[in-house]
Amino acid sequence: MTKQLIKGNTAVAEAALRAGLEAYFGYPITPQTELLEHLSARMPELGRPFVQAESELGAINMVYGAACTGKRVMTSSSSPGVSLMMEGLSYIAGTEVPMVLVDVVRGGPGLGNIAPSQGDYNQIVHGGGHGDYRMIVLAPASVQEAVDLTALAFDLTEKYRTITTIMMDGSIGQMMEPAELPPFQPLKEEVPEWAVQGAKNGKKHLLTSINLDAPAQEVMNLRLMSRWQEIEANEVRWKGYYLDDAEYVVVGFGTAGRISLSAVRAAREQGIKVGLLRPITLAPFPAEILDELTEKVKAFLVVEMNAGQMLEDVRLVVRGRKPVEFFGRMGGVVPFPDEVLTEINRLATEPLTTEGHPRDRWLARLRETIG
Amino acid sequence: MTLADVPTKVVYSRPKSLNDRVTHYCPGCTHGIAHRLVAEVLDEMGIIENTIGVASVGCSVFIYNYFNVDFVEAAHGRAPAMATGIKRVYPDHFVFTYQGDGDLASIGMGEIVGAASRGEKITVIFLNNANYGMTGGQMAPTSLPGQKTTSSPTGRDVSRQGYPIQTAELLSTLEGSAYVVRRSLHNNREVRRAKQAIRTAFEVQKAGLGFSLVELLSTCPTNWALTPVEAREWVEERMIPAYPLGDYKISAAVAALKK
Repeated sequence: MTKQLIKGNTAVAEAALRAGLEAYFGYPITPQTELLEHLSARMPELGRPFVQAESELGAINMVYGAACTGKRVMTSSSSPGVSLMMEGLSYIAGTEVPMVLVDVVRGGPGLGNIAPSQGDYNQIVHGGGHGDYRMIVLAPASVQEAVDLTALAFDLTEKYRTITTIMMDGSIGQMMEPAELPPFQPLKEEVPEWAVQGAKNGKKHLLTSINLDAPAQEVMNLRLMSRWQEIEANEVRWKGYYLDDAEYVVVGFGTAGRISLSAVRAAREQGIKVGLLRPITLAPFPAEILDELTEKVKAFLVVEMNAGQMLEDVRLVVRGRKPVEFFGRMGGVVPFPDEVLTEINRLATEPLTTEGHPRDRWLARLRETIG
Repeated sequence: MTLADVPTKVVYSRPKSLNDRVTHYCPGCTHGIAHRLVAEVLDEMGIIENTIGVASVGCSVFIYNYFNVDFVEAAHGRAPAMATGIKRVYPDHFVFTYQGDGDLASIGMGEIVGAASRGEKITVIFLNNANYGMTGGQMAPTSLPGQKTTSSPTGRDVSRQGYPIQTAELLSTLEGSAYVVRRSLHNNREVRRAKQAIRTAFEVQKAGLGFSLVELLSTCPTNWALTPVEAREWVEERMIPAYPLGDYKISAAVAALKK
């Protein structure tokens, strides 16, 4: 296979198709729309269902229905649209049927804008829909990684009957990069035993998230959480750069992680021993490596395109043992590598503290900058 | 001639599509009749093993407990979207939703209009009993002007609470709707006519002619605070004038099918 210059949204759509996507339901929203557009042409070509729904509510519930057949199904949207999907995601989690969601995150809250953001970390990683459930969350930092994670997303959601979300900021969706697309996988022939398929020979299938008996619901909750522990034990993914001798570690995911890598390289040229930890699975969170690094390094810098949402997960692992600083841009503003480099320099030269909250210090600095 | 000599012929029994379970419905409620009519149609068409039902939220939330067919349970109002997802994956299966008026005509109005406008080849059984039954008799979009409910205690005031939604009429305007009719379950004659309509709706789906919906005027004696007999009279005297029975959309293809 050769590389081709391809837009992130289109690449993920084509990768999903090649991974055996059997039905897609979506609704147009910037900066995700090319994904829907690509599949609107390709799915019918291959004789596979594609529906542009009346709303994101419609789309996620079409996915819910199709997911109940056990086929590979997917939807995609961007922040405000994903908010609308939260109802359906909770039901899908409660019914334990597999599906893939692609969330191309944009600036918010509210209508916000269509610029790249990571402002939905908390919504996607820590909740969104009602009730006790978790989703596997994958965060690509390049078009190629988005392609690679797409096939993985289907495998994971089917293996664990747990929703898998590819959370990529708008820049990954909109950016064109060289990427190699995977070969076509044959469609799954097997229909899972649990899936609705018609009550052949009197064997009835029922898929529901209702459980009026509280103790029975609790047993179901326990099953979900046990499965989540299994996911935490087996599916953590991250990438480390220059960590071996690092005295300082930047933690960033997606585009923020990629920008941070440029800054880390520049800092290395200045002789600062700094590395980068880039979580690929935001959930399950790479806590173990972060814990190991806490023992080794002098301080952390968390870089995000939000107000410090993953920051709290980092702080929960570091637990005040080492200073944690934060740098972020919000509202669709993408940080420059120079800005991150300045923060790395500050980390390496200024006195640090484990007192107070890094967000407060960052906000004070940000007010001086953008006032 | 003794009784043993009388030739026996079974003229009435439980449809195979229904199981032997006592329903949770209130005495005098017509949900049970609607269930039976759907089940009879599934039996007659021989499609028990090839049908997937989509339950909704409301009094019929547990419909899946009574049918011997595959079922999924939708979020409130979203059954037509869920049915769309299933039908698109399994175009040769029969997919039907069973929804009440709060579910379909209020919170689910977007999904039902979307499904009908796309001409989804699903069948919708729509029970209209002019109130939210499951939550205890609140005003529904279908409640009649002046109707007292627990959330319109002095009667539905149209100046503040708007007017009833005539679902069959509304959906009949959409090109994707192939078969949209209103029937009632308040007397034997209408029950028989309702059965025929449900059969036609499933035949429309079988022939792939588009979206089919049967609206069924239904009783809710408990929340209407009427006896079952009075409730049936209330359907005849109050509901039918507001919701006239009839065929609202018979597409040309469906008309040809019926001949």
